[in-house]
Amino acid sequence: MFYRTHVLVEMTSASLAFGSAQLKEALEREIERVGLQNEIKVLETGSFGAALPSPFAVVYPDNVVYAPLAIRDVRRVVEEHLLKGRVVQDLVFRGETERAVSEFFFPFPLAKEKRVVLRNSGFIDPLNIEDYIARDGYMALATALTEMKPEEVIDRVKRSGLLGRGGAGFPTGLKWEFTAQAKDEEKYIVCNADEGEPGTFKDRLILEGDPHSILEAMAIAGYAVGAHEGYVYVRAEYPQSIRHLEVAIQQAEEYGFLGDNILGTGFAFRVKVRKGAGAYVCGEETALLESIEGKRGDPRVKPPYPPQRGLWGKPTVINNVETLANIPPILLHGPDWFRSIGTPTCPGTKVFTLTGNVNNLGLIEVPMGITLRELVFEIGGGVRGGHALKLVQTGGPSGGTMTPDLLDVPMTFDVLTKYNSSLGSGALTVIDDTHCVVDVVKSFGEFFLHESCGKCTPCRIGNKRIVEILEAITEGKGKSEHLDELAFLGKHMKMTAFCGLGQAAPNPLLRCLAFFREEFEAHVKEKMCLAGVCSLKSPKKVRA
Amino acid sequence: MAKIVDEMEKKAEAVRLVTIYLDGREVRVPEGITILEACKMEGFHVPTLCYMEGLSAWGGCRICVVEVEGQPNLVASCVTPVREGMKIRVSSKAVREARKANLELLLSNHPLDCQLCDRNGSCELQELAYEFGIRDIRFQGERKTYPVDHSSPSVKRDPNRCILCGRCIRTCREVQSVCAIDFANRGFETIVSPSLGLPLGESVCINCGQCILACPTGALSEVSHVEMVWEAIEDPEKFVILQTAPAVRVSIGEPFGLPAGTITTGKMVAALRRLGFDRVFDTNFTADLTIIEEGHEFIARVQRGGRLPLITSCSPGWIKFMEHFYPELMENVSTCKSPQQMFGALAKTYYAQKLGIDPQNIVVVSIMPCTAKKFECQRDEMCASGYQDVDFSLTTREAARMLKEKGVRLEEMPEEDFDAPMGISTGAAAVFGATGGVMEAALRSVYEILTGKTLERLDFYEVRGMDGVKEASVDVNGMMVKVAVAHGLGNARRLLDQVKTGERNYHFIEIMACPGGCIGGGGQPIPTDLAIRMKRIEAIYAVDKNLPLRKSHENPAIKQLYEEFLGEPNGEKVHHLLHTHYVKRERL
Amino acid sequence: MEILDSLYQEVEEIVEKYEQEKTPLLAILEEVQEKFRYLPRNVLGYIAKRLDIPSSTVYGVATFYSFLETKPVGEYVIRVCKSTPCHVRGGLNVLEVLKRELNLREGETTKDGKFTLEVTSCLGVCGVAPAMMINEVTYGNLTEERVREILALYRR
Repeated sequence: MFYRTHVLVEMTSASLAFGSAQLKEALEREIERVGLQNEIKVLETGSFGAALPSPFAVVYPDNVVYAPLAIRDVRRVVEEHLLKGRVVQDLVFRGETERAVSEFFFPFPLAKEKRVVLRNSGFIDPLNIEDYIARDGYMALATALTEMKPEEVIDRVKRSGLLGRGGAGFPTGLKWEFTAQAKDEEKYIVCNADEGEPGTFKDRLILEGDPHSILEAMAIAGYAVGAHEGYVYVRAEYPQSIRHLEVAIQQAEEYGFLGDNILGTGFAFRVKVRKGAGAYVCGEETALLESIEGKRGDPRVKPPYPPQRGLWGKPTVINNVETLANIPPILLHGPDWFRSIGTPTCPGTKVFTLTGNVNNLGLIEVPMGITLRELVFEIGGGVRGGHALKLVQTGGPSGGTMTPDLLDVPMTFDVLTKYNSSLGSGALTVIDDTHCVVDVVKSFGEFFLHESCGKCTPCRIGNKRIVEILEAITEGKGKSEHLDELAFLGKHMKMTAFCGLGQAAPNPLLRCLAFFREEFEAHVKEKMCLAGVCSLKSPKKVRA
Repeated sequence: MAKIVDEMEKKAEAVRLVTIYLDGREVRVPEGITILEACKMEGFHVPTLCYMEGLSAWGGCRICVVEVEGQPNLVASCVTPVREGMKIRVSSKAVREARKANLELLLSNHPLDCQLCDRNGSCELQELAYEFGIRDIRFQGERKTYPVDHSSPSVKRDPNRCILCGRCIRTCREVQSVCAIDFANRGFETIVSPSLGLPLGESVCINCGQCILACPTGALSEVSHVEMVWEAIEDPEKFVILQTAPAVRVSIGEPFGLPAGTITTGKMVAALRRLGFDRVFDTNFTADLTIIEEGHEFIARVQRGGRLPLITSCSPGWIKFMEHFYPELMENVSTCKSPQQMFGALAKTYYAQKLGIDPQNIVVVSIMPCTAKKFECQRDEMCASGYQDVDFSLTTREAARMLKEKGVRLEEMPEEDFDAPMGISTGAAAVFGATGGVMEAALRSVYEILTGKTLERLDFYEVRGMDGVKEASVDVNGMMVKVAVAHGLGNARRLLDQVKTGERNYHFIEIMACPGGCIGGGGQPIPTDLAIRMKRIEAIYAVDKNLPLRKSHENPAIKQLYEEFLGEPNGEKVHHLLHTHYVKRERL
Repeated sequence: MEILDSLYQEVEEIVEKYEQEKTPLLAILEEVQEKFRYLPRNVLGYIAKRLDIPSSTVYGVATFYSFLETKPVGEYVIRVCKSTPCHVRGGLNVLEVLKRELNLREGETTKDGKFTLEVTSCLGVCGVAPAMMINEVTYGNLTEERVREILALYRR
């Protein structure tokens, strides 16, 4: 059936909280009342990526955004706009993010945007498998199963140069190859959807907006390495993602894209969802495996690595959601196409989430190698309220700290590592100069203190001592030796912590301690908070 | 011969060697071992805390870190396998500083009151702090404050001294398969907690005390009976009788600087006498008695078609384990009380009558290699004399401390004999202290009682040694008696599960809760490791070999006991005094 | 006694639903918690026995994860995000407002058993920071006024 107009209603955890489900119902009711149900379809979509006042509706292809759209205004929108074609100007969204929203996502993308993993998000009804199929969904799986040998699939992924998008940037094809080489009847594919890095929500939007792409990719991975069972480990904070995945799994089984005899090829693959229970450390792949195994999320000793001994001791591929979302397009369009995007050492796109003190909050998918300046000042619309940029934390607290001097560095795994920074998950937390660096670093520290699993000495006690020292400094009890102690503890944790999370925990501290030395020293020596955040004297307060 | 050499060569081939460099020295070590193992092999000392021989590696304390060339971070040597060409700096400046910082972090969350700690002098954290020359702690802050858990009759837990190495947890799980404790909470709040956060005394803990031996600090220790024993000794109204377990005489020298495996029987008796006990008797006396009773119980079950296999009952840790996890085997377990309890029951009846003392004024004290004995003597069933049969049970460690407090230097003592009659025993009783000993002692007597013939070969080597499960078959009058021995409850569990499924069949099984048997008990001097256990076992068999009598039924004092007091083995009086029953417990 | 029986009956149903799965412990704990809002000690013991897992292990798991509660909590568990993206957009104020409005400190439950106030790490809705979660529903773009409005909804 052809509809002349679609009204898109975002159904994410966040927008549901604002009554998007009720909005959708009201729209449908009104559309039916005016008899347009055969011409206009209300679609439930995943996230638009941008944060708009919720609940809201987008009329497509007119590209008009009503945000927020109250239930009481639905009748007016339907009668005026949908029936009579007159845009209800006073309800159209005209906030700071207007430009971003209308060009950012559809239908005419911003020049810099390149959608690979978000190819379907916002365009399809994630709860309708036919929407997915209509956009080449499950084509890659069919091609792999019917035209390719497993080693050809791996070869294609290897040649694409795809690096894991969870943060570490390990070559995905190699992971698959190691797992394929492991000799075992029983193997597993695990999708890491325990997206706990503060400032990151890309995986949630992919799962909510395009769950089938993950299922398809997992089945392809299963075929490539010889696994017949997959698990998606989703954090407990994402009930909506879990719901969409479960619906998608059921549909995929009904349509024969998952099950004992996929597409009649005899290949069997099933996917199950496992829910986390609130533990950041479970994003560490071996802690995640422990958690699926029903244990405390303590990271395991490596080696052996999961491709040798993973879930239940069996060879296991663990891939991040965004990594997997790249797989079907890579199979369909080929490695050369993928390599034509991004940089030679870091091909493809990256989804960035813009958070913190930036004008346009939301997410965007762009080719690897974009600069921070483009992301924050062009796409993000600059720092809010005209303040100056202080720092951008990339990839969450365990990632890198980018100071204004690094605005023009290309954002790729390899380049950022050179600057002692890290791309991480792609989270960008923009912090403006109204914030105190000691207070910000303390906030990172408190996060790690709350989330440390407690297995190893440096992370368990080191984080505690770091936060205690930072607290003392912000309360005016700082001593001059405190700064050396912080630097020492930070380096010590980096050198001796058990897992990657403990080793990465002091990253923001160390970087900020070096770059914002004066601010730290002012706290300690003059008992002064330059930003006027801590309850100390401040140049600002003096002026006021 | 040629064949053996061939096989050895094949084996050598199977173990591939890799070349690594330890502080610049090129060495060849087997592939697949850890850096720590390689260092040990090549004589490089690496300090450790959470690592413990015989347990899975945890890698959490980060004390054993080393530098591996090409790796940005230090690695824990206990969990990192060697690789061909690896260049390892075992004790570089960076390594020493990292170890020191981790020690300081641990100490920053530790009470630092070593003088007030049970483990003052035998604490690994204290020793490392000394070795690393720690004089002040750079990092200060909040310390944990948890209540001390006094709920268990045997094991005291002080979470404030705990460094979360997890050795107790792994011992309880991997060696004993009890799983009474595990980590709880997360991060800085992590603690070692008994089941469901309940006090230890309400858990499935079987009181074996292996966790105490595993603990590097004073977080776990025995519940002390020392003060009560001093009080009894000082009380002129009380007649205080001491009994010492078979395994104590081969270990109590260690706290006095004697090498592990030194036999100190005579010196020990002399020393303990100087503590002021009215009688120094020997649990070995009732060990011989146990063999007579258990031997007759076995013979009766075989002859009358009773429940088999018969399983020994000397180890109170094993008994509680059975009550929790294998209540269906309750009928298989011998009804004989343990030697400690037989002793107590007789001391307050037979011996009280002999001396004409009111048993109310008798205090029976035992020195045991065991913490579960503290629990056992407090069991409701253990009051056959009308009083609590054994009043206090000291561990070997507590006994050594009392001697030191009194200024008695055991190593300088003359050799003295136990008092008679309850100090007379045979070599069969001596071997009770080692795994397989009860079985060996029983076989010596059962064979002779059933066949009426003299046993030519007294040494049953098949049931000796540190293998987890041992088996033997003995031809007794044409009947092949099949026996098995397990020590360490993890081994016992494996054996019993096979017995339950019928995979294995035996007539008689010996189970000891602790690895190595009583010489490896939870009340023994610290350290107690594999090498020390083996030395103590050697000493046990030497005690046996050197005694004139080596079969329980030849003990003249035991014969006299039956004649004067008990009547027939397995008779009515005996049943009242020397046999017991068990209770089913929740499998929490 | 009857109440106890029906409690175990409900737990048993959940155990049966998952026991065919490999290592179903976490899933069972999560669903039992959904039903009873927390994990009572005797229920943990029951699950341990049913799955033949040491109860010390079950307790260790139940106390590791921040979404599992071993002590009774309120009808509504409010989790305020205190991660940096919310922090720099006024997350602290949200917490302060809630503390004031509910007269609670972190980790406490109101006397009427209605609300428990907890802080949590990132909820993954940084685009609408500052944010909080009440049971399974997430609220974003919080202001002092909006927090009061939302609380009013739950107080009814």
